[in-house]
Amino acid sequence: MIKIKRASDCSESEITPETIYQQRRKFMKASSVWGTGLLLGGWGTYLNASVDVSSYKKSVITLDDKLTDFKDASRYNNFYEFGTGKDDPVKNAQEFNTDNWTVNISGECEKQGDFPLEALLEGVDIEERVYRLRCVEAWSMVIPWLGVPLAEVLKQFSPTSKAKYVAFKTLFDPERMPGQKRSVLDWPYVEGLRIDEAMHPLSLLAVGMYGKTLPNQNGAPIRLVMPWKYGFKSIKSIVSIEFTEKQPPTTWSLSNPREYGFYSNVNPNVDHPRWSQARERRIGEFFKRDTLMFNGYADEVASLYAGMDLTKYI
Amino acid sequence: MPFKSVILHPLAKPLFFILCLSPLLGIILNAIWGDLGANPVETVTHQTGDWTLRLLILTLLITPLRRWTGYSALLRFRRMSGLFVYFYASCHFLIWFLADHSLNVSSMIEDIIKRPYITVGFSAFLLLTPLAMTSNQWSMKKLGRRWKSLHQLVYVIITLGILHYLWLVKADYLEPMIYAMVALMLLLVRVERFKRLWTTSSRSS
Repeated sequence: MIKIKRASDCSESEITPETIYQQRRKFMKASSVWGTGLLLGGWGTYLNASVDVSSYKKSVITLDDKLTDFKDASRYNNFYEFGTGKDDPVKNAQEFNTDNWTVNISGECEKQGDFPLEALLEGVDIEERVYRLRCVEAWSMVIPWLGVPLAEVLKQFSPTSKAKYVAFKTLFDPERMPGQKRSVLDWPYVEGLRIDEAMHPLSLLAVGMYGKTLPNQNGAPIRLVMPWKYGFKSIKSIVSIEFTEKQPPTTWSLSNPREYGFYSNVNPNVDHPRWSQARERRIGEFFKRDTLMFNGYADEVASLYAGMDLTKYI
Repeated sequence: MPFKSVILHPLAKPLFFILCLSPLLGIILNAIWGDLGANPVETVTHQTGDWTLRLLILTLLITPLRRWTGYSALLRFRRMSGLFVYFYASCHFLIWFLADHSLNVSSMIEDIIKRPYITVGFSAFLLLTPLAMTSNQWSMKKLGRRWKSLHQLVYVIITLGILHYLWLVKADYLEPMIYAMVALMLLLVRVERFKRLWTTSSRSS
């Protein structure tokens, strides 16, 4: 069962006046630095882009499912930019420096340019959301993310009526991401969403998990989290967001269009051509459990796909 | 100590037995220490699968190695190595049947029929069974010349085994390709040998 709290449900004890005070100070500081940077025509040296997640709204959306151990969620990762083995990212991403991270905003929107990470998150409260994560490989986790609604961030850039899709891109830098030295996939990793999917209240831009800043191997400093889609849609270490009129290409469907579609919604009734998607192994459990339609988020998202043949639009 | 006396040493076979068993001991120790990673079932499935293929390659390496070195004593290890192939294949099969199918036979059969990579993997396991059953002196005597023909199934088995691995990979084919290359070399060496055998036998007839 999914519990969605309304903003009014947040009790006083969850957000102390002091943390609000600190939060505001931080935002003020960040925005003033950003302003100065703008005036100077470059902010590179002024900002440390690591996101402070010390204060956040707790459990805005939560689940009854038992949380996956932090240890497992941070050492069992598919992040091919740091190697194709599950334990490669935790080994190879430790030196990855996410300071001075900027995200380029482009395409069908009014406000474009390079934005420091803090500017991107400015004025949007970080909240905690416990989501199921279902990998296309038939394993799953339950993770308490810290992030901001994707819609809140996207709206800041005033997408135009031509913005029908949103395309995302991961950093391409083989020196910092050694997995990119091998052409296992067509680098850089790209992903995309239909604009209504992107604007859905469940779509999240995560900057942390388990009350802490996002570990490098989990997609630091900023990643997408799409709880009703297979994990590979939740693109990591984002450096570019582009509003497009046409459906953008996505890495896994470029790699194998028969096996990985643009939508990639979790669907126990449509098998991967090579294996079943009906069941999944929850990390921490021995036997497999049934996979839920839209990963258990059918009530919230099924209407996005009304009238679509989900065996065709995989 | 020269190589020949090493392989003929009375402790060589028990030592080789322990060596073949050590991957399983490693898995058991890691399980006790809770060190099988975030997805222990996957770890055990992958490791037993890897060791099935590695020992299969080792088994197939023994005959050409004997030819090149002239050490017939190497054959002492071939049967044990082959039986360990079946042992690890059985572990691989059992963990999958238990953890992925909760010992449900009909769900397992459905998977075998529907998923090509499982079809070939399970076929390889089935084909290994008569080979393991006849890996003893009595069967060798009983079957005579047919024993050799039967055991040539191993070439089909290694092909299916590697296909099984290649077919389940998502994007990174490096490791299964290494196995494929090594297996291909071991098969090619034999094709050459068959060619030579064929020419000598046709000359003598």
